[in-house]
Amino acid sequence: MKYPFPVGQVDFIQGDEAIARAAILAGCRFYAGYPITPASEIFEAMSLYMPLVDGVSIQMEDEIASLAAVIGASWTGAKAMTATSGPGFSLMMENLGYAIMTETPLVLVNVQRSGPSTGQPTLAAQGDAMQAIWGTHGDHSLIVLTPATVQEAFDMTIRAFNLAEKYRTPVILLTDAEVGHMRERVYAPHPDELELVYRKLPVNDEEAKYPFGDVHGDLVPPMPIFGKGYRTYVTGLTHDERGRPRTVDAEVHERLIKRIVAKIENNKKDIFDYETYELDDAEIVLVSFGIVARSAMRAVKELRKEGIKAGLLKLNVVWPFDFELIEKIAENAERMYVAEMNLGQVYHLIKEGANGKAEVDLISKIGGEVHTPGEIVERIKNDLR
Amino acid sequence: MYLKPSYEIRDKYLRKDMLPTIFCPGCGIGAVLQYTLRAIDDLGLTQDEIVWVSGIGCSSRVPGYVNFDGLHTTHGRALAFATGIKMANPNLKIIAFMGDGDAAAIGGNHLIHAIRRNLDVTVILINNFTYGMTGGQVAPTTPKGLKGTTAPYGSFENPFDIAELAVAAGANYVARWSVFNYLQGINSIKKALQKRGFSLVEFLSPCPISFGRRNRLKTSPEIIRWYQKITVPISKAKNMSPEELEGKIVIGEFVDRDRPSLVEEYEAYKKRAKKMMGWEE
Ligand SMILES: Cc1ncc(C[n+]2csc(CCOP(=O)(O)OP(=O)(O)O)c2C)c(N)n1
Ligand code: SF4
Repeated sequence: MKYPFPVGQVDFIQGDEAIARAAILAGCRFYAGYPITPASEIFEAMSLYMPLVDGVSIQMEDEIASLAAVIGASWTGAKAMTATSGPGFSLMMENLGYAIMTETPLVLVNVQRSGPSTGQPTLAAQGDAMQAIWGTHGDHSLIVLTPATVQEAFDMTIRAFNLAEKYRTPVILLTDAEVGHMRERVYAPHPDELELVYRKLPVNDEEAKYPFGDVHGDLVPPMPIFGKGYRTYVTGLTHDERGRPRTVDAEVHERLIKRIVAKIENNKKDIFDYETYELDDAEIVLVSFGIVARSAMRAVKELRKEGIKAGLLKLNVVWPFDFELIEKIAENAERMYVAEMNLGQVYHLIKEGANGKAEVDLISKIGGEVHTPGEIVERIKNDLR
Repeated sequence: MYLKPSYEIRDKYLRKDMLPTIFCPGCGIGAVLQYTLRAIDDLGLTQDEIVWVSGIGCSSRVPGYVNFDGLHTTHGRALAFATGIKMANPNLKIIAFMGDGDAAAIGGNHLIHAIRRNLDVTVILINNFTYGMTGGQVAPTTPKGLKGTTAPYGSFENPFDIAELAVAAGANYVARWSVFNYLQGINSIKKALQKRGFSLVEFLSPCPISFGRRNRLKTSPEIIRWYQKITVPISKAKNMSPEELEGKIVIGEFVDRDRPSLVEEYEAYKKRAKKMMGWEE
């Protein structure tokens, strides 16, 4: 297979471009989108590459249609993706819920900008963390990944496709304008180096009869894709194991929703991912994700230089969330700080996780600029004075 | 045309474990479903090559009753989902079964853009002039002056002419009939299913429960008489003045043409891309 970009070597590219290339290497062959800053470059790169690799890239009439088309494509067996930013992400919420309810694997990239509403179109923010996790209505679970560098944007895009296929669920790649637009060195692996996951397909008619059941006992049913003769009915209504609508049956509803939630939450250890830096003896624990984690890392180095025992917990996933891990870290810490570009969103998760074992404070910044390491250091030193 | 007995069609195509349907007595949706299945049967299309797609509403429940692959989606978005299915696997034939509110109100934008692109899909549109499933609110098709629960004194808005809209937006095939024109209806669906690109067959369909009850159109004789009064065949309409056509609904075949479809255009686009990049001669 020939690729329209270099593989097996390093290139110097933007985050958005990295996401597009990684998607194609992950096997994505359907992209539908609607232009929006700062996510448009993903779409533009997809438009350039897709026809060359016999994939589809299509500009829809809006973001609602984009995610709808992606879901439709996924039911034909295609790995499919869309990307957007704030206002478009809001428009996608109903269909995101549909994808969760129908257990449709797909990747949705949100290159965050500052909101609410049209806000600051060209500037970065981390204000959509809660919307990514809880934005669609009803009880549900899904997966949210948070890259901090262009290389991570690349690697996590591949992981996003793998997780989507493995758990038959939508995965959100929650990045931001800073990561999206910055240029960095990125190693794009040769396709032979990649471990790709493909969704389970039914192996016989018997399995295909239960597209929403638990035929393998792992809570993830095989997906009978369209056109293979299985005659599957897919609905966003509450449905039984066979996919038949059962809208007023409390038991059926509970069984379905609890399984959809459990297939993610029970596999938290497999999905949740983080990195630590100087955490072992840390009294002050900084928690960060995405672009801010890079300032936080630098801040920890500065604080250590000044003899302050600081450490960093960098979150690569914000949902499903390992609350127990946070409690364990909190037990050894005096104080935890969450640095994020919003008025406090992941802060709430950390506070709940810490469970009173440590003080949890917020180092918030909004307006479009990333915290400088100095600002984080100053704030912590001020509190220690 | 030889018409097979209904039970043969039922046994061949319906999911027995899903019956009975949710449709009220006297509803036109079942009739249109039967016409669609007869058209498929007559053309000898296989059940495994067709995917049914729908949005939300009474009409959109149809894919649940037929033994085909089916995607029952969100309100108004059926054609956007269909775009993904068709483009990702052009071998599949798509029938979108939609209500008038679904297609022309919340889904109006998707409708005109699917037509503009000439998406390869056959739309079977149930126009019952109302929102049936939610209990009879006015729709963008409700004739002026008729009642709905959100216009209890009679609708004050201009209705959409969906068939004309589809012609103007560029559809390859457009026809409109009432559910009582069954032979013409089946023939139109057959033509639509054989078309590449966008085809639409609209059916004026009685909803005695949500709509008829409020507008003295509850019983079959009342409905049939009303349809006779308001519909005009397209050949006759050509010689009528705008004043004479006021308040009438034209029925018949509106357009039958063969503009290149979205799938064909994209195939050509891929070739162009590879050529421009020097990947292919
Ligand atoms: C986003 C959204 N808004 C509103 C509804 C409620 N709703 C369900 S069906 C329907 C209207 C259906 O009318 P129509 O499309 O004409 O189909 P019919 O029931 O008449 O066949 C509405 C408004 C919904 N399900 N989703
Ligand atoms: S409410 Fe109207 S459209 Fe819906 S099933 Fe009843 S008669 Fe048919």
